[in-house]
Amino acid sequence: MSNFDQAAIAAKPRLSYFQAAWVVARRDFVAVLFSRAFLFFLIGPLFPVLIGGLAGSIGKTTSQQAVSVEIGLAMSAADNAAMEAAAETLRPQLGGASPVLKRVPEAESSAEFDARAFLDTGGRSYVAILTGTLEEPKLVGTQSQVDRWKGRIELLAATASASAPSRYPDAASEIVVSSGASDRYSRVRTAQAAQMVLFLLTILLGGMVLSNLAEEKGNKIIEILAAALPMDAVFMGKLFAMLGVSFVGIAVWGTTGWAFWAVAEDAIVTVTQTNFRELPGPAIGWPMFIALGIIYFSMAYLLLGSLFLTIGAMASSVREVQTMSMPVTMLQIMVFFLSAANIGQTGTPLELTSVVFPLSSPFAMMARAALEETLWTHAVALVWQAFAVFILIKGGSTLFRKRVMKSGPGGVKRRRFWQRKPQAAEPAE
Amino acid sequence: MDMAVSDQSILSNEQKPLAIEARGLVKRFDGTLAVGGVDLEVPEGAIYGVLGPNGAGKTTTLRMLLGIIDPDEGVRRVFGYDQPHDIGRLIGYLPEERGLYPAMKSIEAIAFMGALRGLPLAEGRVRGLELLERHGLGHAAERQIRQLSKGMAQTVQLLGTLVHQPRLVVLDEPFSGLDAINQGKLEGMIRALADDGVTVIFSTHVIHHAERLCEGVAIIAGGEVPYAGSVEAARDRIPAQVRLETRAREGGWTAALPDDTRRTGDFFTFSLPDSGIEPLLRTLIEGEAGILSLSIERAGLHDAFVHIAGEAAARQLEVDAAGGEQS
Repeated sequence: MSNFDQAAIAAKPRLSYFQAAWVVARRDFVAVLFSRAFLFFLIGPLFPVLIGGLAGSIGKTTSQQAVSVEIGLAMSAADNAAMEAAAETLRPQLGGASPVLKRVPEAESSAEFDARAFLDTGGRSYVAILTGTLEEPKLVGTQSQVDRWKGRIELLAATASASAPSRYPDAASEIVVSSGASDRYSRVRTAQAAQMVLFLLTILLGGMVLSNLAEEKGNKIIEILAAALPMDAVFMGKLFAMLGVSFVGIAVWGTTGWAFWAVAEDAIVTVTQTNFRELPGPAIGWPMFIALGIIYFSMAYLLLGSLFLTIGAMASSVREVQTMSMPVTMLQIMVFFLSAANIGQTGTPLELTSVVFPLSSPFAMMARAALEETLWTHAVALVWQAFAVFILIKGGSTLFRKRVMKSGPGGVKRRRFWQRKPQAAEPAE
Repeated sequence: MDMAVSDQSILSNEQKPLAIEARGLVKRFDGTLAVGGVDLEVPEGAIYGVLGPNGAGKTTTLRMLLGIIDPDEGVRRVFGYDQPHDIGRLIGYLPEERGLYPAMKSIEAIAFMGALRGLPLAEGRVRGLELLERHGLGHAAERQIRQLSKGMAQTVQLLGTLVHQPRLVVLDEPFSGLDAINQGKLEGMIRALADDGVTVIFSTHVIHHAERLCEGVAIIAGGEVPYAGSVEAARDRIPAQVRLETRAREGGWTAALPDDTRRTGDFFTFSLPDSGIEPLLRTLIEGEAGILSLSIERAGLHDAFVHIAGEAAARQLEVDAAGGEQS
């Protein structure tokens, strides 16, 4: 050993807590990132999106055909022309509510045209057929279509027969950007969407942590780590490695999603029935909201991750981890529901509970970020959540050392209280 | 090696500072006593063995010494530190259950194990390659652990234990699973470490390894340490055995033989008298016993183990050793 080494070691005989965590995090991050399994993990969530997109583009065409609003005109030629002219006249007032009128060629060519029979045999794509005269129009169609269009057809017929006013007064208008009630109502949608995204990402990515330490135990590397570094630093390193991996996943999925949105926006809107462009802006503004979203995702991940890491560490095999994953998933869902049920009820006891309870706190605060302008509450919540992460890691690693790092393969089996002998001299290896 | 170590090499074990000191270590798991009151003193630069059958508490003792688990009672100090993690860079540890990341390359595994002890990764790779080449595994540097044979993987892990040049090396059952050739190589490595002033403590259930290598030994059985001290002192607990062959079978001289004398065929076997062999020899010659042969044999560590830990523990030790060789 060189004198330089001796001096360096004497000056600093151990790694600092963060250096120790970094050594573990760096190894885990690189190992996961460059594994084939991670490639499948990345691609996995893209399949539903891809299939959804394809289904959406097909669905869009289908739905456009399925939701045709054409009403067939089967009146006399003059009345048909008058109705068409009336529809044009009223288009500025009716806008999108104006029916699309199409002449029925079969009616023009046959004086014996039977609208009912025509619709019964398929009737092309008309939702209803208008027969009769302007004075006595008759709408033939299903009950729902007749109820839907009757009033507007009557208005058009009246206009066509000049029995309605030919001039409509201009109503002066003054547009406001928002109203308090509508803003809050709209932002609830943003809060819900943000919570949902946070939840989906956490549930999708949190599972990776669950099996992490079980695998380490399977590889039998855990004792080397436990001998070299404090166990809480090992926990911390593993958690941050998985968080880093999660961010890589989110970046890949986010970029793919953005690209997909750019080329298939219409299809996505059709399938999801949600136009993300129309999501109301959060109370604290988009930049701060996104920044807090990233931080709260990290916190949610670290909180649930530290819990999962501890639970996973208690398992003796990957199979046991899989068995445990169900109650853990249920816990996640309950935590999510606790927060989701209280969106918009700021300050109520239940909402405050979801803010204070560490596991639901990131979700609840994400909703607050969408609804409330106050920022200091986020600072307090983040300090509290970071403290909870620290406690969970400390508790988990202590439990791990006490319960798992027993001698021999798999440790000494825990005995039920009725099996225990107080001073049995049964040594372990 | 540096001056400090050179200076220490001329000191006797009693004068050397302690690398490990344990007083009354107790550990229970779920109310079950695993280790009950272990006392150990390992001087710096010594090769020290923890000898006992499987289930005796060897691994639990080593884990407490390393800070992997904390004792319920008692005190442990490594180089004077209560918390061994505080001097992690000075320690190398090879656990009983060998484990490495299967997808990692050999060179990376060694560098990573060094990094866990504070050695920069780049330096770890350089030293790792050197070590691999020195041990005839240079060709396996870029191969994944899963592609190596069991023996090669064990060697890689051992090199990872040593890459940061620790001052204390703790090996838990290092010989188990190794063939005779590799056991010999490992013994050579342990001796080389001790020559460099490194303290080596290892657990084993094979008496011969302890006897060949160790200056000090702790005999552990049933979670307790009935003996901890030098191998020589352990052997000296049993008096040397005298084996005598005489031409005459009877005579007055037989009265001079010690009380514990046993006769087997033509041979008399008895403990070496406290006064030495010379007065007895004179009596035998004067009594015309006709000495055909006489040998004095010091007790081996096995005899000492039987004497200290009892027949049952010794039998278990033999069973474990036989099992270990089969595996």
